[in-house]
Amino acid sequence: MNGMMTQLLGWVDARFPLTKMWKEHLSEYYAPKNFNFWYFFGSLALLVLVIQIVSGIFLTMSYKPDGNLAFGSVEYIMRDVDWGWLIRYTHSTGASAFFAVVYLHMFRGLMYGSYKAPRELLWIFGCLIYLALMAEAFFGYLLPWGQMSYWGAQVIVNLFSAVPFVGDELSLWIRGDFVVSDATLNRFFAFHVIAVPLVLIGLVVAHVIALHEVGSNNPDGIEIKKNKGPDGKPLDGIPFHPYYTVKDIVGVVVFLMVFFAIVFFAPEMGGFFLEHPNFEPANPLKTPLHIAPVWYFTPFYAILRAVPSIAGSAFPGVMAMGAAVVILFFLPWLDRSPVKSIRYRGLCFKVLLFLFVADFIMLGYLGMKPTTDLYKLLAQIGTVYYFVFFAALAIIPKFEKTKPVPERVTE
Amino acid sequence: MKKLIIALLFALPAAAMAAGAGPHLEPANIDLNDKASLQRGARLFVNYCLSCHSAAYQRYNRMGRDIGLTEEQVAGNLLLAGDKVGETMTIAMQQADAKRWFGAPPPDLSVIARARGVDYIYTYLKTFYIDEKRPFGVNNAVFPAASMPHVLWELEGLKKAITKTEVDAQGTETTVITGYEMVRAGSMSEAEYDQAARDLTAFLTYTAEPVKLERQRLGIWVLLFLAIFFVFAYALKKEYWKDVH
Repeated sequence: MNGMMTQLLGWVDARFPLTKMWKEHLSEYYAPKNFNFWYFFGSLALLVLVIQIVSGIFLTMSYKPDGNLAFGSVEYIMRDVDWGWLIRYTHSTGASAFFAVVYLHMFRGLMYGSYKAPRELLWIFGCLIYLALMAEAFFGYLLPWGQMSYWGAQVIVNLFSAVPFVGDELSLWIRGDFVVSDATLNRFFAFHVIAVPLVLIGLVVAHVIALHEVGSNNPDGIEIKKNKGPDGKPLDGIPFHPYYTVKDIVGVVVFLMVFFAIVFFAPEMGGFFLEHPNFEPANPLKTPLHIAPVWYFTPFYAILRAVPSIAGSAFPGVMAMGAAVVILFFLPWLDRSPVKSIRYRGLCFKVLLFLFVADFIMLGYLGMKPTTDLYKLLAQIGTVYYFVFFAALAIIPKFEKTKPVPERVTE
Repeated sequence: MKKLIIALLFALPAAAMAAGAGPHLEPANIDLNDKASLQRGARLFVNYCLSCHSAAYQRYNRMGRDIGLTEEQVAGNLLLAGDKVGETMTIAMQQADAKRWFGAPPPDLSVIARARGVDYIYTYLKTFYIDEKRPFGVNNAVFPAASMPHVLWELEGLKKAITKTEVDAQGTETTVITGYEMVRAGSMSEAEYDQAARDLTAFLTYTAEPVKLERQRLGIWVLLFLAIFFVFAYALKKEYWKDVH
């Protein structure tokens, strides 16, 4: 039996680099041995992607992308399809979990300078994944065809009409109609189930290939490839498999406990994951009193609303919101400090980053709330700081007192 | 600092949930495990709501199974003439007619409890008051200018609102309802009507998500399985990592 398997493997290896790929990406991919808590979120993001794709395929089998049937078909899934409710809650919780995991993954990158040379492309692929994820979530949110689905899409598509000169034509082209309608639902469905996922998977593959080319960063921000043993293997590295596969399984189980606690006991998450108005079917004639995007978009929504319009055009706000995402791409060149990890950077970086996290959370909160004078002022301060943070990263290395970075990893 | 960041990340949703305003809602205190309450609610729903409001996603036989009634009991007591137990709770009223009669077609109530909230439904059922300016002679405290007549009036009776005028800092006057006074008694006492409203709310909460109890029951087993899995996964990790220094 064993001999036959070896023979079969040899047959495959002569035709496809199976063993070679296994070694390159798992059994002989050397990862730093000092990964901490924050390093779980990369593999978890991959897990959530798989959860979303699998649950999404099953949802597609019963969902109807039709303005008259969509809302009812979701309720049909919730009631009449065997285990439909579980598949649906898994998918709706997965959407929020994806962003939660990705935000934590990005925060890890900020803390340990994982975007710095030689990982700039790795970071850029990551930013593209984030962008694709936002598109995916936006298109998907229209599909349940509830009030918030409908009016959320209406508001976001209308943003494009703020573009000077071509705006109205542009938003009309996106919607395929003068208002969000059955035509919009059908094209959003096409984007959600095939176009964007295809791009997303391609980008994830590129992200992983880039990672395995340059090697993982670590909490000390040290290049482990600089210290190799006589066998040519990094002294501070351990093979990803089995060490990090068994470690990531622990992370996966803990994540699934949180994930399924939400799926089984709080699928609406108090209106954060499934918004209450979305249990009312889309009604083009009835605008909800208060339209707010789902929590993962609210920081950017707050930035959009914070920027005053010029001559009645919301274009400056749209630009600011776009810039808030685009600026992430330039981070590797904005931050000029030679020190990667927060552990060896100066106090000013720590304070800046802490304020940035607090700012992002504050903007997220403000984006959910109806605007008042106070909230608008706070959102404006928050927006300014959001950009000040990136500018400051370019300036502080001039006077920042960094600590000496050790030669070898510390844990 | 790391701890502080984590604390902040997790504290936010709680803070956001604590906020929120709106009309004062009375806690419904329903119990989805109370089958008798659900059955009474189903009877009220079929008798008083289901001629104008549909529950087009709720099947009769599923409802029977979930609230402890046999198909015969459902067919004999809760089925509208001509419907079959495998069908959903639809109505014969045409949308266009409904619009002409009420101004807006009465909404489907299958998932209304999830859209509006349980306490909202309960309070809505309890705060109809006489208002001659409205087409059906009543208004509602949590849904002002509701176009629905008080269909349960023969149970509750009719009450008028006791109001007072409040002036805020800007000098704007608002009329606030402080209480109610029964002007025409119904067939139920106040406590009986509260219970009826609670039963109906419980039933609507059930139809909004028929699988809720089953979901929570299964969830415990899923989490238990994961907890045991965690012990083994952690032990495996410890074993492998013994030789990492």
